[in-house]
Amino acid sequence: MKSLEELRAIRDRARVNVHLRKENSPDNIRVVVGMATCGIAAGARPVLTTFTEEVAKRNLQNVMVTQTGCIGLCQYEPIVEVYEPDGKVTTYVKMTPEKAVQIVNDHLVNGKVVNDYTIGSVGTMK
Amino acid sequence: MQELSLNVLDIAQNSVRANATLVTITMEEDSAAGTLRISIADDGCGMSKEQVARVMDPFFTTRTTRKVGLGIPFFKLTAEATGGSFSIDSTLGVGTTTTAFYHTGHIDMMPVGDMVSTMVTLISMNPKMDFVYRHTLDGREFVLDTREIKAVLEDVPIDSPEVVLFIRDSLTEGEEELKNPETVNL
Repeated sequence: MKSLEELRAIRDRARVNVHLRKENSPDNIRVVVGMATCGIAAGARPVLTTFTEEVAKRNLQNVMVTQTGCIGLCQYEPIVEVYEPDGKVTTYVKMTPEKAVQIVNDHLVNGKVVNDYTIGSVGTMK
Repeated sequence: MQELSLNVLDIAQNSVRANATLVTITMEEDSAAGTLRISIADDGCGMSKEQVARVMDPFFTTRTTRKVGLGIPFFKLTAEATGGSFSIDSTLGVGTTTTAFYHTGHIDMMPVGDMVSTMVTLISMNPKMDFVYRHTLDGREFVLDTREIKAVLEDVPIDSPEVVLFIRDSLTEGEEELKNPETVNL
């Protein structure tokens, strides 16, 4: 079992980063993952885990990963919405952990929307 | 749902919506008897008797985005498919406890799956809430309580990436030691 001693050391290291991370800042990008029954059944949990792990790995202080309920488009789950500070919203559908890695890289880091995975392109395919 | 841990995550989301401050998730396994009891207990807003009766119905939901509510019916089915049982105990203003009981030797028993990811997701996405995860296996016990973690963390948020990683590792090790007690180096 991990010890609380270890946790104390982590706390002291994390404290340095805490003031860098601005919770609820208007400059933040928000990544919202649908986690209702439909999302979870379609595979939202590994998608959410991938986003939080990638954001942590790259130390993206301006990205907040959060969850929401069902937005009523269950057939497109797992759905991920990206809210940018300028008000732009991108809806990614039928998400996978692999797509999540690419979105972190292309969209969150480099500001380039991954058009292939948005609801506009996936919705009109088939 | 491919594994029970996803059902647990889904049912615990109901506790989040019910404004619970503490959610206790308990897994009690008895390998000799071949039984597993999973319970999700919260101190949220609770439900009236009529509501409890209706949540078992897939065509009942309090949501307005769509007309079905499948979380509870799915979870109920996983238990009943093994010859087990399912119950919801709820009191308005006090909270709700959902319990599923399984016969693990039954051919329709689903795998429990990744409980670590379920707990990490719940804890990191709901930093203001507290969670207790208690897993017992043949009399041995593993417990993780976010209230203890927060007491150590003081002003550092529980959803800080470093802390989330620590929680994931603690849960993984705890589960591992529970399953293989002989491999632990003392």
